[in-house]
Amino acid sequence: MRILVVEDDPVLSDGLKVGLELSGATVERVGLCADARAALAANRFDAVVLDLMLPDGSGLEILRDLRAARDPTPVLLLTALDETTDKVRGLDAGADDYLGKPFDLDELAARVRAIARRGQGRAAPMLAAAGLVLDPATLSATVDGRAVALSRREFAVLSALMERPGVIRSKSEIEERLYGWQEEVESNTVEVHVHNLRAKVGREAIETVRGLGYRVRSAP
Amino acid sequence: MTSLRRRLFVILLAATGAIWLCAVAWITLGSRSELEHVLDARLQEAARMVHSMVRGGNIAAAAGPLPQMQSGYERQLSCQIWSLDGELVARSGGAPDAALAGPSEGFSERTVDGERWRVFTIVDGEKGVRVMVGDRVGLRDRLVRDLVAGLLAPALLMVPLLGLLIWISLGRGLAPLNALAREIAARDGEDMRPVAPAEAPSEVRPLIGALNGLFGKVEAARRHERDVTAFAAHELKTPLAGLKAQAQIALASPDEAIREGALKQILVSVDRTARLVRQLLALAKLEAAPRPAAPAELDAAAVLREVAAHGPTPPGVAVEIADDLAGLKVTGEPEALHLVLRNLHENAVEHMPAGGRVAWRRCAGGLCVEDEGPGIPQDELPRVAERFFRGRHKNAAGTGLGLTIAAMAAERLGARLVVGNRDDRTGVRATLLWT
Repeated sequence: MRILVVEDDPVLSDGLKVGLELSGATVERVGLCADARAALAANRFDAVVLDLMLPDGSGLEILRDLRAARDPTPVLLLTALDETTDKVRGLDAGADDYLGKPFDLDELAARVRAIARRGQGRAAPMLAAAGLVLDPATLSATVDGRAVALSRREFAVLSALMERPGVIRSKSEIEERLYGWQEEVESNTVEVHVHNLRAKVGREAIETVRGLGYRVRSAP
Repeated sequence: MTSLRRRLFVILLAATGAIWLCAVAWITLGSRSELEHVLDARLQEAARMVHSMVRGGNIAAAAGPLPQMQSGYERQLSCQIWSLDGELVARSGGAPDAALAGPSEGFSERTVDGERWRVFTIVDGEKGVRVMVGDRVGLRDRLVRDLVAGLLAPALLMVPLLGLLIWISLGRGLAPLNALAREIAARDGEDMRPVAPAEAPSEVRPLIGALNGLFGKVEAARRHERDVTAFAAHELKTPLAGLKAQAQIALASPDEAIREGALKQILVSVDRTARLVRQLLALAKLEAAPRPAAPAELDAAAVLREVAAHGPTPPGVAVEIADDLAGLKVTGEPEALHLVLRNLHENAVEHMPAGGRVAWRRCAGGLCVEDEGPGIPQDELPRVAERFFRGRHKNAAGTGLGLTIAAMAAERLGARLVVGNRDDRTGVRATLLWT
């Protein structure tokens, strides 16, 4: 899960990044409206956590522009204003959810998971395909009912493939989901993760499509 | 309580009454002189008539009944015929026995038996008689009085009717004011929409304009208050959210490095929040404190050196206090001077993450500080002293209150804070001007 955090307070922004990463997400963060627009224009995110008051403008404007451009990226608004009218205005501007500061990190992670899930067109919290079941809330996986321990990155690779079973995911698509902008990615990282995953969940679960990428069989 | 309607009513009625009284006085005087003229002409005519009869030898007939005006003024004219040697030859009925006039010819007035008479006398030397025809002045007065009374009686009847009409007309005329009052009275405290002046008469429009202006001001003040509250909520709750998130990370993370990172962030946030609280308290104090009765004379350079020594000085930042500041005396509260210098100093120092020189020196009309930071974007300059405004080049420790406090404290010192970009290089120049 790749998330954009738009928050200007360095401590909160750091807390959001670390906290969401602990829940299995890859997080990019920006502190200005302009940077947020640039990031949203150039990348695809599973969800955006958007602060309303930014030094160079209002998060609400970013949200309106995003929706005006028919971008369906799920957005969770963070704001210090607790008045109902502000919540209503935010939701009516196109936000998918709303959380007042200060908030519980677990609740925020759960809400982000929920809007990201809806953004992918899913209602079920679990990802299931090819005898595998992933629980994004606990980062746990089972193969035919047997629990398997996966690292955070392995879980991210597998959930990228299982979000849309039967659809081929390219190597770069998977890399994008794994690493933030600042992180160095070695050229064979995805291969290594897939190799390790196959050892844990079975060789036949992940199919290599030569020259294109990987996919998980769509049959459950 | 004064009622506009009652006041206008009294004024209008009094004015109408006064005009009426003037008209009555005028008519009285005018009628009197006209009447005198007519009656005098009649006296003259009657005297000639009597005289002609006397010349015709008919003295008895001449003293007979004279033409009478009307029943209410019977025996108005009296006639006497005297011989030249002072013997009453004849007189009309009702005429007194004493002579009505002296020996001379023409008009004269005389009081006879307590009554004032106006008399016209013709002296006929040939016949040896004096013909006197006169009437009573009292009767003349009565005529005028009756005339004026005839004018006044309907007027007195009309006064209540006129009053009623004025009262009703005033009610109708003041209806737009009542409508306006009703409209405003029916509003709740939140409704600051302008009153529509479309159907209001032109006299009420200035009032509506003034009211709308007031509504606008109140609304702007309230919007400002809401903005400040919103900013304050954001600025206070964001660090709390950061603290909570980091604390939860520290509790939940199994990784020692992440835990330590979170705890360090908590320390940073607590420091920042402590500073925010300090700034808020300073601001509240500035707003609440009354002006000091006896301001002291302060040495700006000494305060500045103290501020620079105790303030934060990040590595790579050099602070320079020019010698020409020595001896600069400022009159005011020590605390205000300290606040303004400290906040300007912190503002300068903290906007130079890459290091540089902060220079305090004397400027035309006051003192100024220059930094070598990134400067302030031109569009943000008018807003720098706004509460919680932190712009695009903000630093992590900033509260958005520093320049607000500096500007308020400067005002207490009788100075004006001017913040602008340096023209020789990037950086901010903040100037305290005593003008």
